[in-house]
Amino acid sequence: MSSAAATGRRLDPQAGEVIDRGSPLSFRWDGKAHTGFEGDTIVSALMASGVDVFSRSFKYKRPRGVLSATFHDPGCTVQVGDEPNVRAAHRRLAAGMDVSPENVWPSLKFDVRAANQLVGRFLSAGFYYKTFMKPQRLWPAYQKILGRFAAGGVTAADAEHGYYDKRYIHVDVCVAGGGPAGMAAAVAAARSGASVLLVDEEYHLGGHLRYGGEAELAALAELRAEVAAQKSIEVMTNAAVTGRYDMNWIAVVQRQPGISVRGRSIHERLCKVRAGALVVAAGLIERPYVFEGNDLPGVMLSTAVRRLVNLHAARPGDKAVVFTANADGDACAQDLRRIGVGVTVVDARTGGNIVSAKGGKRLKSVDLADGRSVDCDLLVTAVGWTAATPLLNMAGDRPVYDPTPARFFPTDRLPATVVVAGALAGDGSTAELIAHGTAVGATAAARAGHGSEVPVPALARVAHPELYRSTTHGFVDYSEDVSSKDMFAAKKEGYDSIELVKRYTTVTMGPSQGKLESVNAVAIMAEAHGVTDLNEIGTTVWRPPYVPITLGALGGRGFENTRFSPMQSWHEQHNAKPLVAGDWIRPEHYGDAAAEVAKVRDKVGIIDVTPLGKLDLRGPDVPKLLNLLYVNKWSKLAIGAVRYGVMCAEDGVVMDDGVTGRLAEDRYIMTTTSSGAATVWEWAESWLQTEHPDWQVHVTPVTTGYASMNVAGPKSRELIGRVVEGVDLSNDAFPYMHVRTATVAGVADCFMWRIGFTGELSYEIHVPAAYGLHVWEALFDAGSDLGVGAFGVEAQRIMRLEKGHFIVGQDTDGLTLGFGADLGWCIKLDKDDFAGKPELVLQSQRENYQRLVGLQPVDPTIVPAEASQIVEGAKKIVGRVTSSRMSPTLRRSICLGFVEPHLATPGTVVTCQLPDGRRVQLKVIEGLAHFDPAGARMKV
Amino acid sequence: MIQVPCPWCGPRNSMEFRAVGESKSRPDVATTTPEQWRQYLYTKSNLADWVTETWYHRAGCRRYFAVERHTVTNDIRESRLPAAQLRQKEGSGS
Ligand SMILES: [Zn+2]
Repeated sequence: MSSAAATGRRLDPQAGEVIDRGSPLSFRWDGKAHTGFEGDTIVSALMASGVDVFSRSFKYKRPRGVLSATFHDPGCTVQVGDEPNVRAAHRRLAAGMDVSPENVWPSLKFDVRAANQLVGRFLSAGFYYKTFMKPQRLWPAYQKILGRFAAGGVTAADAEHGYYDKRYIHVDVCVAGGGPAGMAAAVAAARSGASVLLVDEEYHLGGHLRYGGEAELAALAELRAEVAAQKSIEVMTNAAVTGRYDMNWIAVVQRQPGISVRGRSIHERLCKVRAGALVVAAGLIERPYVFEGNDLPGVMLSTAVRRLVNLHAARPGDKAVVFTANADGDACAQDLRRIGVGVTVVDARTGGNIVSAKGGKRLKSVDLADGRSVDCDLLVTAVGWTAATPLLNMAGDRPVYDPTPARFFPTDRLPATVVVAGALAGDGSTAELIAHGTAVGATAAARAGHGSEVPVPALARVAHPELYRSTTHGFVDYSEDVSSKDMFAAKKEGYDSIELVKRYTTVTMGPSQGKLESVNAVAIMAEAHGVTDLNEIGTTVWRPPYVPITLGALGGRGFENTRFSPMQSWHEQHNAKPLVAGDWIRPEHYGDAAAEVAKVRDKVGIIDVTPLGKLDLRGPDVPKLLNLLYVNKWSKLAIGAVRYGVMCAEDGVVMDDGVTGRLAEDRYIMTTTSSGAATVWEWAESWLQTEHPDWQVHVTPVTTGYASMNVAGPKSRELIGRVVEGVDLSNDAFPYMHVRTATVAGVADCFMWRIGFTGELSYEIHVPAAYGLHVWEALFDAGSDLGVGAFGVEAQRIMRLEKGHFIVGQDTDGLTLGFGADLGWCIKLDKDDFAGKPELVLQSQRENYQRLVGLQPVDPTIVPAEASQIVEGAKKIVGRVTSSRMSPTLRRSICLGFVEPHLATPGTVVTCQLPDGRRVQLKVIEGLAHFDPAGARMKV
Repeated sequence: MIQVPCPWCGPRNSMEFRAVGESKSRPDVATTTPEQWRQYLYTKSNLADWVTETWYHRAGCRRYFAVERHTVTNDIRESRLPAAQLRQKEGSGS
């Protein structure tokens, strides 16, 4: 045992306790050693060990202890090792835990910022808005100081990434809440033949039965046996239904599900559930009472005391005042008496009231309305309930306040597939709640297609005093340190809607998101407005998530595709610098892009172009499709020929480009840009399926079916000749812009075409993917004496810029219509129809669009950064540089860019403003090509 | 997330699909005016009512189809072949 207090506050065994006294666990709190038991929460172990204070409050840094002893307890957020914001009244104790208070300065016992409460009026509602807005130049200084006051724990920069996962669940019935009604509903639904997911936030099913008396424990044992007997019920504890969306798409966050994947335990899991019906059996949340000193350590809700005593055998105090308005408060007083705590009962039902609590780090006394002052270290309040209606709100309901039972109730605005069970629907004995749950469960199953509906017995609405605030002011929102006084002040300042007051005071906006505070906030607003009906104030709308979720759980495991070509291992062995290009990882260069350019221009180089989009088009109507997709003409493409084509969208904007070759009578291969592969496929399918279903065309995406490599340079023909069988490679037999099927390095069913993106004699070879690496290596083996080398994307980009070949998306944007991209030569407006034709017809009739031009800086050593503006006069922007590089071939800088039409004439000198503000001159060249404009090098 | 009934695959989460938009018939490019064409390109009726939309089952059968969806409730009362395919069927049936 670690200390005398540990033995002193731990009770003798309790009937419903969940701790295992045979398994002691050592842990540290605030640097000191403590001991608890398996089954303890961090807080129950600390309470049993004599600790009262777990945190300092958000704004005033007041000491805070246990309030609700649940996940949502605002004063019990701690740091555990690397993990910030752990809910210590919920999280199970584990051996060796290093638990510390969050954001205390310098220590939990003495926090200098607590002086804030002495100057509390400065931190009243809207304080930050009013104080730190001006002057704006001081904001960075304010920010530094305020940072010290912010709530929250710390994450070490080198903390290991958590491992998260997602799960998809399809069930007939999802039950949110595993109290008596929820358990009964699950059993009934399962008996009707439905598959059921039963979710509860706590570690065990049972709800309030768990910390009840003998009768409750007996009923719970029976219910647990019934649930266990139903094979079609999946029980998920320590999990919460955090959102309900259209068509019962339900988000469940499962904490520490106890699952490991490849040795890493999953920290949290987001389950995406599609349920035929949702049973909302979320129950009631005990509501705090608003009075002076209501946040002192030692002021607790009756359910908190009963949890600590009956589940964890922790004595919450030695001398108690119990302020009760209901049977649960009475039962709590009995529990306390049973464990030997002296109790003074103040009964609200007979007019008793409490006025204020006094104390420092622990409660010392309570002033009663009758004038008495009672010394005590524990004040229990049992003043009523907040209906846990968030899931109903999310399903479209707007619950209505009923003053008789003093809580909100659902209306009939719910969809048929969302049904309410248990205390949300009314009050009843355990047996009545179970009967209600049973009927609702059968009904839910019926609405999910199993069995038939049964009449649901009505639950009574038992009268309960409306108790929200005493005659003094106290905290409404413990997590945000918002008091009833702040809310009255907000009313005085003219904030008269609850939604505005919420945002102004931040009431209900803390981590517990209104679960404890919401109804008190509404009641105090009503009081400030002098109205008695809470419905006149309305409520703030509950939105998902119901409970906090880690960002890791929302992100889940990464499922992004990463694509590699079959030649990736070769690239890695040859020190390729990886370039992320959409899903693909490509070699950017193998060390020196300029040297790679020289290699291609002088000898021969090979680039991996596998990511090029490739579509296999078959059928007699392919030319019709090509004529529709491309702006140019395709009817006369001969077998063995290849043509360059540009696609525009229906608004005339350049969408994609590439070459298409005709391999046989009814077979074509279309290539697209790497990033456009999926889009072009969908685009082709949309024309075929929604406009021309009568056309006989079949489109198959074969991008990853072929490994593609471009062999370029004056010695490419010689190299290709050494590995290709059965094709006459002479320029006459296999000229530029033609395609041949061939056997390459022993691999049949390859095809290759002569095209010229780099501007050199080149052969683009497409090889069945499984043989990609083989052919690639065969080319290097065959060409070693020719000086063959690999080149990457950067060298290709330089060479295409030397040639003035534009890249869709780089040298065009979402406003570039066909004629603007210098494509007039291939846009055939005399075709009957093609995508985007009407817009291109209109564009052809006007002049006022920017033109893509080749640009050369007058100072050839300057490479203007891409996206540099082209300007006229002091302020007018008249264009921009879209691509720029230093050309190793021409030994000067070269660009493509857009300019206004009056600047597009060759020879015009335009002004370009660099990012550093300097202005340089660029000269518009003839055409787009900086190098070999006639294309002599590639047509040899 | 709503479920969309694909005529070929049955009800699937909407994230499997691309919502193409309200179904429209493409004007005849030979006779269309700029106003008609831009109406086709840019103007949506955007009704709070039943609308006919085109959806594409991107992560499934890769088929385009028509859906009648209520834009307020997200109820879907019918999903069927695209209009052009229905016309073609009628044509071949008669
Ligand atoms: Zn489908």
